[in-house]
Amino acid sequence: MIDVTIWGTRGSLASPGAETARFGGNTACVAVRADDTILVLDAGTGVRRLGASWPNGVRRVDLLLTHLHMDHIQGLGFFQPLYDDGMEVHIWAPASPTLDLRKRLSRYLSPPFFPVHLRDLDCRLNLHEVPCGDFSIGPFRISAALVCHPGPTVGYRIENAQAAMAYLPDHEPALGVTNFPGLPEWTSGYGLAAGVDLLIHDAQYAADEYPDHTGWGHSSVEHAMRFAALAHAKHLVLFHHDPAHSDHDIARIVDAAVATLHPEFQVTPAEEGAVFRLG
Amino acid sequence: MAQREIEVILTRQLASCLTLPIFIVGPDGTLIFYNEPAEPILGHRFEETGEMPSREWATVYTATDQADQPVPAEQLPLMIALREHRPAHGVLWIRGRDQVRRHIETTAFPLIGQAGRHLGAVAIFWEVAR
Repeated sequence: MIDVTIWGTRGSLASPGAETARFGGNTACVAVRADDTILVLDAGTGVRRLGASWPNGVRRVDLLLTHLHMDHIQGLGFFQPLYDDGMEVHIWAPASPTLDLRKRLSRYLSPPFFPVHLRDLDCRLNLHEVPCGDFSIGPFRISAALVCHPGPTVGYRIENAQAAMAYLPDHEPALGVTNFPGLPEWTSGYGLAAGVDLLIHDAQYAADEYPDHTGWGHSSVEHAMRFAALAHAKHLVLFHHDPAHSDHDIARIVDAAVATLHPEFQVTPAEEGAVFRLG
Repeated sequence: MAQREIEVILTRQLASCLTLPIFIVGPDGTLIFYNEPAEPILGHRFEETGEMPSREWATVYTATDQADQPVPAEQLPLMIALREHRPAHGVLWIRGRDQVRRHIETTAFPLIGQAGRHLGAVAIFWEVAR
């Protein structure tokens, strides 16, 4: 059994307010749990609440960051387990061609951007650069692969004996493709998402908004649905909502895309607090 | 079906948008993509041929030097970039399936991905004005 809990759904910028109360205003954060192993996917502003409710008996956490854009790391300095000397914290994230992961993370976790240095955190901190081939954490087998998004960015595939999921929160597989999707082998992210039970995927724009944002690294809702169909995903969770979209906008955009494409799989716009049980 | 490395996918997408003829080969020399402007050189559309192993694509066109002497396949810039993992440039005359003799300059460079992974090589062709 895998429990997947959404703690932050928003892309680019936190957008709290009455108009975003349903789908949520916190930026990207998802917890994936099997028994006492907890993976945290991205550390957007949603990770603060997750850290505040961290279960007492769990002394290790693995933070799997897709990339280091601010909406995916802004909550890092507010994640309580980092300040607990009894915690073992592993951060998995991409290096750049010229800077290792420690230097990249230190750019944010140091003044003037943040008062606490990375080196001054109380936890026992371990950094791991991805992609590094497949690896295991507890019962999970994990694959990380570079995907189409500006700067070093990975997606993750996470599976155990019962189920598989993929997390591609910032992903523009349609970039430069005339008739998307093309062949699977030429589609960014396909290897991660093929056949998964749950696909959490970038769906920032409405179809008519995408042309003005081509190359920004994100997908339209329709692109996300076409990608999920290509990958034969069983359930698509639309993620990384545009900060300018209200709850009403998101519902309208998703309904229109479903009416157009008639997907043969379940489609759910991500809501903060939603839990998906796999396996 | 396995997915290709993202660096290779993005290279193909860029090649698809450019008007220069471009070849992309994988680490073993297989021609894994050529764009529409490169099709006259090979005499086929990529959609018709798909991938071509090196022993096949290297014979589809004839490369010669200024004196019309054949240039061995291993001396083509693309093969140098692939074999030696360095950029290479050359001036050639090539005759493709359309039998047109073209005076070209070609620049090839290796595709080296993150963590130093060798993913193949790319050749860009530039036809010298006749």
